[in-house]
Amino acid sequence: MSLALGATAPDFALPDTTGASWSPTEAPATVLVFTCNHCPYALAWHDRIADAARDYAERGVRFLAINANDAERYPRDSPQAMRERVEREEWPMPYLHDATQEVAGAYGAQTTPDVFVLDASRTLRYRGAPDADHDDPAARAQWLRDALDAVLAGSEPALAETPPVGCSIKWRR
Amino acid sequence: MTPTVELLWWDGCPSTERALAELRAAAADVGIDEAAVTLREIHTDAEAAATGFPGSPTVLIDGVDAVGGVDAAGGDDAQVSSLSCRIYRRRDGRISPTPDPDDLREALRARLRGSG
Repeated sequence: MSLALGATAPDFALPDTTGASWSPTEAPATVLVFTCNHCPYALAWHDRIADAARDYAERGVRFLAINANDAERYPRDSPQAMRERVEREEWPMPYLHDATQEVAGAYGAQTTPDVFVLDASRTLRYRGAPDADHDDPAARAQWLRDALDAVLAGSEPALAETPPVGCSIKWRR
Repeated sequence: MTPTVELLWWDGCPSTERALAELRAAAADVGIDEAAVTLREIHTDAEAAATGFPGSPTVLIDGVDAVGGVDAAGGDDAQVSSLSCRIYRRRDGRISPTPDPDDLREALRARLRGSG
């Protein structure tokens, strides 16, 4: 069951690749991106999401990338592999590990990527794909950007929900 | 002799339909009846390990992996067998969930030349 638009999103505290703890609070808008290391959709969209994180940082928007995949069956999503990736690449957002999968479950995340935009009161304002085409870098995560522009302006996103597109989240069996 | 062309897929990955359409088009482009393209679903981790399945989709031409994928760091993914979506790199450098159609055509033509 996915979190409904307009609902208050669950609070959480998850560690990033350095052990620091992060929560979806204290920002005018927060973007949660459920993602992972081994999915071509997540990788194809990653740079566009990272560019959006850089572009909206000065407006106080917080981006949190969350990896909830079962790292036992998928070692490429282990905490060590996450650390190595962050060290290898320039990430403008922390990369959090949802080891128990409770956060992904509470939000009803389905795919990597799956994007959730929360406003300052932690209300869900957008959920879905970053943009219309994982294969087109020119799409620039425009659905996400439009949602953020609306939330920062205090209005409702014109497009508030789109189907998430990507690899299924790898739940524990 | 017409090569066997097989698309291995897993239902946790949404790229199968597109991969199949592009594979059939590539086969037709090089003169292979697109009906010769067959599908095989991989259901379990055990099946993935037994077949050396590196992710969905994977194209086998006469049983040989036709277009290699990459891992997240850009290395070869051939050593990894798992129920996951395979990562491809297109000729223009983009990461993609499906092989570049030009790579498919090249692999099919190479096999046709080799078996001719």
